[in-house]
Amino acid sequence: MQRALTLYQTTVGKKVVMALSGGIIVGFVVGHFLGNLNLYLGPEALNGYAAKLHSLPALVWGTRILLLFAFGAHIGSAYQLWRRNVSARGSRYKRRKDLATDYAARTMYWTGPILLLYLIYHLLEFTILPAHPGDVYRNVVEAFQNPWISAFYLAGNLALGLHIFHGIFSAFQSIGANHPRYNSYRRDLAIAISAVITLGNVSFPISVLAGIVTL
Amino acid sequence: MADELINVTLHVWRQRGPNRPGGFETYHAKDITTHMSFLEMLDVVNEDLIEKGTEPIAFDYDCREGICGTCGIVVNGVAHGPQKLTTVCQLHMRQFEDGQEIWLEPWRAQGFPIVKDLIVDRSGFDRIIQAGGYISIRTGSASEANEMPIAKEVADRAMDAAACIGCGACVAACPNASASLFTAAKISHLSLMPQGQAERADRARRMVAQMDAEGFGACTNHGECEAACPKGVSLEWIARMNRELVRAMVKSETPARTRNR
Repeated sequence: MQRALTLYQTTVGKKVVMALSGGIIVGFVVGHFLGNLNLYLGPEALNGYAAKLHSLPALVWGTRILLLFAFGAHIGSAYQLWRRNVSARGSRYKRRKDLATDYAARTMYWTGPILLLYLIYHLLEFTILPAHPGDVYRNVVEAFQNPWISAFYLAGNLALGLHIFHGIFSAFQSIGANHPRYNSYRRDLAIAISAVITLGNVSFPISVLAGIVTL
Repeated sequence: MADELINVTLHVWRQRGPNRPGGFETYHAKDITTHMSFLEMLDVVNEDLIEKGTEPIAFDYDCREGICGTCGIVVNGVAHGPQKLTTVCQLHMRQFEDGQEIWLEPWRAQGFPIVKDLIVDRSGFDRIIQAGGYISIRTGSASEANEMPIAKEVADRAMDAAACIGCGACVAACPNASASLFTAAKISHLSLMPQGQAERADRARRMVAQMDAEGFGACTNHGECEAACPKGVSLEWIARMNRELVRAMVKSETPARTRNR
């Protein structure tokens, strides 16, 4: 039997899709984080920023549709690759010793679904069912004053940091961006972005719990 | 160095044939000199088993010089054992301690069905090569040695990729049993050379398609393959394979075809 293949039908093509869609999502995560920094400038700054964004429906809905496609492609490809990779081993090793991989890479299949749950909760809490529509600052501070919710955000952002650390490094490899002169920068960039995003995002609930950011 | 004799305990995967149930059997290798290679130690154990009238442990080997790619055993969870850049035939017993327990398993992968004990069927690799690991050249009388100019750096890099001996340790070590490092090394080696340009696009598509058709997993960039590779074949070639495939898919109009397993 012979068959014609498209790029997406190959495992390599699916990884390219994972890399590109992941890149879109990381781009949004960075932008989202920078916007959130308005929390430290007070209620007027954060609420004003939110109002300004929502006065541009083309931007808001364009971003949402793009993200929906990116998440669909990312999760769909991940599921198909996961199914293949699980069955590719055949029988299990009694002894297996890792030589090169790291914690972030090994836990991608865990941090991925954790992030999906985190995302659903996050959207429900602040976008779909906010306690005080229009008052982003109050929503955020009231939510983070609850230590359980803050703990959940801490855990979610640790998962995010691990996931995008391996993701960013791995994406360059998947799209074939590999050059001896720049290879060390791929890891440096992955460390820098994931560290800034994780530390920055966990600073919000910690600042609220510590009483630095108050109503 | 004075001769040192050690005793080791082996837990060996025994399986009478394909699709038969397998399990671990324990053997004691006594008075093994540390100058023995790992396979010579197994030869000693097997001689003992044959004398006792039991079935010897089946394992693959050919050159025993670390260059042919035939041998391969997962030793204590590491493909080809604890010494870096070394095939299991070139691994010596001085790497082990007296009284150590050693677990021996075959390469485990859907694409490498177990034939018997520690021997697996690696004809999947042959089919990947058949799919595109060749070049078209004029045969006949030998051509001038330097007829085709190739830059030194290009020849060196192609040689780095061509160092792959096709042993399958990359598949054995990969958490996804992916054959990416092998396939990438072969695609890269030929695509770098001027002789490999004629089939360049077709080669990438056909060899990747065959790699997938064999049931190997996908690359998730753990780097286990590179760490286990007895020839130090670099992950860099996987990136190059990905680049070659995207380039081929964008450029070429003829569809990729795969052979059935």
